[in-house]
Amino acid sequence: MALNANIPPGEMDKKWNDYKGHVKLVNPANKRKLEVIVVGTGLAGASAAAALGELGYKVKAFCFQDSPRRAHSIAAQGGINAAKNYQNDGDSVFRLFYDTVKGGDYRAREGNVHRLAEVSTSIIDQCVAQGVPFAREYGGLLSNRSFGGTQVQRTFYAAGQTGQQLLLGAYSALERQVALGNVTMYARHEMLDVVKIDGKARGIIARDLISGNLEKHFGHAVLLCSGGYGNVFYLSTNAMGSNVTAAWKAHKKGAFFGNPCFTQIHPTCIPVSGDHQSKLTLMSESLRNDGRIWVPKQKGDQRNPKDIPEDERDYYLERRYPAFGNLVPRDVASRAAKERCDEGYGVGTTKMAVYLDYKDAIIRYGKIEAGKTGLKNLDDEAIIKLGKEVVQEKYGNLFEMYEKITGENPYEIPMRIYPAVHYTMGGLWVDYELQTTVPGLYALGEANFSDHGANRLGASALMQGLADGYFVIPYTLGNYLAEEIRTTTISTDHEAFLQTEKEVNARLTKLISIKGTQTVESFHKRLGKIMWDKCGMARNEKGLKEAIHEIQQLKLEFWNNVKIPGEINEFNTELDKAGRVADFIELGELMCIDALNRKESCGGHFREESQTEDGEAKRDDENFSYVAAWENNEEGWTLHKEDLHFEIVKPTQRSYK
Amino acid sequence: MEHYTMNLTLKVWRQKNKKTAGKLESYKVENISSEMSFLEMFDVLNEQLIIEGKEPIAFDHDCREGICGMCSMYINGQAHGPWQQNTTCQLHMRAFKDGDTIVVEPWRSAAFPVVKDLVVDRSSFDRIIQAGGYISVNTGNAVDANAIPIDKKNADDAFMAAACIGCGACVATCKNGSAMLFVGAKVSQLALLPQGGPERESRVLNMVAQMDVEGFGNCTNTYACEAECPKGISVANIARLNSEYLKAGLSTEEN
Amino acid sequence: MGITGLFLILFLIVHAGINACIFLNDNGKTFNDVAHFMSHNWIMRFLEIGLFSGLILHIIQGLKLWSQNNKARPIEYHYNQPSKNSKWYSRSMGILGTLLLLFLIIHLSNFYVGTKVALYSGDQYHNLFEEMKEDFSNYWIVLIYVIGVSALYWHLYHGFQSAFQTFGINHKRYTPILKFIGITYATVICILFALMPISMFFKWIV
Repeated sequence: MALNANIPPGEMDKKWNDYKGHVKLVNPANKRKLEVIVVGTGLAGASAAAALGELGYKVKAFCFQDSPRRAHSIAAQGGINAAKNYQNDGDSVFRLFYDTVKGGDYRAREGNVHRLAEVSTSIIDQCVAQGVPFAREYGGLLSNRSFGGTQVQRTFYAAGQTGQQLLLGAYSALERQVALGNVTMYARHEMLDVVKIDGKARGIIARDLISGNLEKHFGHAVLLCSGGYGNVFYLSTNAMGSNVTAAWKAHKKGAFFGNPCFTQIHPTCIPVSGDHQSKLTLMSESLRNDGRIWVPKQKGDQRNPKDIPEDERDYYLERRYPAFGNLVPRDVASRAAKERCDEGYGVGTTKMAVYLDYKDAIIRYGKIEAGKTGLKNLDDEAIIKLGKEVVQEKYGNLFEMYEKITGENPYEIPMRIYPAVHYTMGGLWVDYELQTTVPGLYALGEANFSDHGANRLGASALMQGLADGYFVIPYTLGNYLAEEIRTTTISTDHEAFLQTEKEVNARLTKLISIKGTQTVESFHKRLGKIMWDKCGMARNEKGLKEAIHEIQQLKLEFWNNVKIPGEINEFNTELDKAGRVADFIELGELMCIDALNRKESCGGHFREESQTEDGEAKRDDENFSYVAAWENNEEGWTLHKEDLHFEIVKPTQRSYK
Repeated sequence: MEHYTMNLTLKVWRQKNKKTAGKLESYKVENISSEMSFLEMFDVLNEQLIIEGKEPIAFDHDCREGICGMCSMYINGQAHGPWQQNTTCQLHMRAFKDGDTIVVEPWRSAAFPVVKDLVVDRSSFDRIIQAGGYISVNTGNAVDANAIPIDKKNADDAFMAAACIGCGACVATCKNGSAMLFVGAKVSQLALLPQGGPERESRVLNMVAQMDVEGFGNCTNTYACEAECPKGISVANIARLNSEYLKAGLSTEEN
Repeated sequence: MGITGLFLILFLIVHAGINACIFLNDNGKTFNDVAHFMSHNWIMRFLEIGLFSGLILHIIQGLKLWSQNNKARPIEYHYNQPSKNSKWYSRSMGILGTLLLLFLIIHLSNFYVGTKVALYSGDQYHNLFEEMKEDFSNYWIVLIYVIGVSALYWHLYHGFQSAFQTFGINHKRYTPILKFIGITYATVICILFALMPISMFFKWIV
C-alpha cells in the first residue's frame, strides 16, 4: 500500500494557510447531526472535544480516569514552546520549525512540523484567554525561559506545573461544552475496540469500568487522543493507567503504527530504589540549566559526594560536549549517563545513578545576589544562604519533590538522577490531516507519530497536543465530515457493532477464565525488563532478536497462566490492567521488530552497530530516511515506508561538541 | 537516609459496591521497605491477596507523582496521611515504623459516594466546574496573549489557587464535608484575572448553587481544609469566594 | 451567622460595660441606675426586641448549619484525628453555642425574668445589685457562671475572626490585626463577666 501523507502543495510557509483556504466546510445545521467520538481527555483530547463542541458537532468524550482532569498531560512540568518572539531574541516560526526538525534528528515530516510552529502562537493566546495563569514579569507581561538547550527563550510556563495549568484550561473548556450539552462525557470508560463499517471507523466498543458492562457508541468519526505507550517498559514516568490499548486496537483494525521504536528516555529522573518500584518520577529538564552532572573519576567510589574533591570528579557532559555541556539534548544526555554507569562509575546503592549538583549554582547565584544588594565582605556561609534562596525560588517545588521521595536534602547533597522512559515519539501513522490509514479514524497528540521525529525537544509535547486539538483537527476533520453529511446515525444494533462487541466480550471472557498462577503485574514487570534491557537506551541486533523471542514466549505464557481475580461485570482493576498488559506485550514485539529493522542510530534510537569512532550516534540518511509504518496482518507485520523529503531543513549530522 | 524494613497491620475499608455496607478488615504485610511509597505498599498487599485467591483492594491512583489528584485515602485519621502538603502517592513508608497499625478509609462525604473499597465518585466536582468554572472563550477568539498585562501578584495568586488538584481532601477533612476550598480556589483564580471579569457574578452564584445541590456541607472556618490540602491552597480563597458571592448576590438582578 | 454573631458581639460590649459599673464599689448605685434606665427607656426596649431577634436568628442559623453539615457526612470515619488539622474550639462552635444557650436560660431566669416581673408589677426601684449579691453567694451558681463564661470565651475566640472570613475579609496585613482584636475582645469581655460573680462570691464588692 502506497502511503500518501497528503501534504498540500506549495511553499512550506503557505501550505497550512492554503489548506485552510480550500478545505471543505460543514454548515452549522449539518454539524449538529454529525457525531464525533473522542477517546482520551488529555491536552489533545480535551482540546479537540471542546473545540469540536464549540463548532457544534455532537461529541462523546471518553476517559478511563474518574474525571477528564486526571489525564497524564497534567504531570508535564517544564513548559510549552511558542514562536512568539516576545523576548526579541530572534525567534520565529521558521526557527521553531527548524529546531524541531533538527532536534527530531530528521525523522519528522516537514509539513506537519511547520504547521505546528505556525499555530504555536495561537495556543498561547487561547490559553491566556481561558485564564491559564502563566508566569509573568513585573510589568504584567508573560515571562519566557530557555528550555532544552534552545538558543532562544520561547518557553511559556507556570512554575513547574505547566501541564497541569494547560490541562485544567482545556478541561474547563471541555466542561463548559458538557454544560452546554455539546459534549457528553463518559468517565471511567475504556475503549476496547474500533467498529468499522465499509472500511470506515464508525464507532467504538467501550467498557464501563464501574459496572464492567460493554457499551456500543456510534460516531461519524473517531479521534484517538490516548497518549503514549511508555508503560511498555513497566517503569516509566507515565501514569500507572497510561496504556496503548486504544491505539493498539486501532492498529489491529488496520491503522498503521509509525516508528514504534522511537522512545524518549529522559535524562533527569529519580533513580530506581528497589524491586518494589512502581513508577519513576521525572525531575524537570530545567534543572540542567543550572545543575552540573558528574560521577566520581574513580570506579566504585563509596565516599559521600561532599567529600569527593573537585579534581576527582568527572563532569562528563562538559568534558565530552564542551559546546553544549550539561544542556545537550535529552537522547545524548541519557546515553552518556548510561555509558558512565555501565562502565562502573555509577553512584548510589544501585550504582545506576549520576550526580546532579547544585553547589556551584548556589554559590554563583549567591554572589550575584550579594552583588545586587551591594553587600560586601560576606562570608561563604552568607553567600550560600543567599544562593539557596534563589535556587529555591526557581526550583523549589522540584527540590521538595526530590526530598519527599528520597528523604535527602538536595540543597546539601547532590541529587542522584538516572534516565527513564518518558515519551514515545512513535505512534499511529497519520497523514497531514491527522487521519490514520483507516478513514474516519484520527490520532492526535502523543498517540500519533508525526511531529517529533526520532527525538522530541523539551516543551514541545504540550505544544503538539494543543495544536492538534484546538487548531488542526477542527479544520481537517471538517474536510472528512463534509462528505459524511448524508450518512445518518447508524444504529448500534448494526451487524458490525454486534460482531465487534462479541469479539471484545470473548477476549474478556478468555482473560478471566485462564485462572493461572502469575499476576498481571508480574508479567508486566517481566516485559518491562526485556524491553529496558534490550530495546532501551542502546539496542543491538542480537539483543533485539532475543527480545523478540522472549516476548513471544511471554505472550504464550501470559495467555496460559495469568491470574485475574473477580468477575467481568464488576469494578475489576486487575481485569482492566490485564487487557492493557496483553496489548503492551504485542506492542513490545513490534517495537523490537522496528528497532531491528532500523539499523541506523537516530535520536532516541541508538543502534550500537551504528556509531562513530568516539561513540556518538551515526545516522544513515541514505537508507533510513523514512517513516516505518507497520501494518498488522495474519502473519504478523508488514513494513510500509513513507519516504521523508527535506525541502527546507537539509539533514546534517547533529553535533553538540 | 537510614533504610529499614517493617511489618505492619493494615485495617482497610472493604465495600463491594455503592449499595452494600462496608467494614474494616485487617491485613498483615511484612518486610516493607522504608523506601517504598504508600501505594507501593498497597501494591505488595494486593499481589499478596491475589496469590491467596482473594480480591485485591480497589483504590484510585494514576500519576503517582502528586499532581493528577486521583489518589484519595484517609490514612490514620488524616486525608492523604500524616505528612503535610502531600498526596497519598507521595507518602513514603519511612513515615511509619515497624509494628504500626494503619487504618485506611475512603473519603467520607455524601457528595462522594463510595464506588468500591477505597474508590469514591467525585463527579460532583466536575459538575461544579460545569456550573461556571471556566471562561467562555471559543477557540480562535483570543486576542494576543500580551494584550492584557496582568499584575504579577494577581497572576501569582491566581496560579496558587489554580494549583488545586481536585483530589477532594478538603471535603474529606472538613468536619462539615464542605467543598468551599475547592470552589473558592477556582472562583479565586478566575476572579483575580481580568479575563474572568465578564462572567464574574454568574460564575460564583452558579458554582455555589451547584455545590449546595451536590450535598456538600457549609464552611465554619475551622481551616482544616487548608491544613490538609496537598497543594497548600489558602483559605484566603474561601474569603474571596465569600466576598465574590456577597457582591454578586447583592448586585444581581436575577432571583 | 457572621452578621448575627457580630451583632451579638456589639451587645456584649454594652452588657459588659454596664456590669463593670459594679466595680465602682458604690454599693451598686450606678449599676442599678443604669439597669433601671435600660429596662425603662423605650429606645432600649425597642432595641431589646432586635437583640432577641438576632439571638434567635443566630440560633436558627446554627441549627440549620448543624443539620445540613450532619447530612454532608452520613458515615463517620472509624478513625479520625481532627486535632492534627484544626483547633478544638473551631470545631466545637455548636457545642459551645449549646452550652451558652443553656447558660443563657439560667442567666435570664435568674435576672432578666426578675427584672421584668419587677417592671410589670410596678416596683419602681428593683434592686438588681442586691439580687446579684444574693445569688452569687451561692458557689454552684458562681461555678455555672464561670463555665458559661468560658464557653463564651472560646465561642468568641473563634467566632470573631471567623465572622470576618465569612464576610470575605482575609488580608495578609489586616487579618492578623483583626485576630488580635478578636482575642483581646474575648479576653477582656470574659474576664469582666467572670469577675462579677467571683468578686461577689469572695465579697470583694459589698
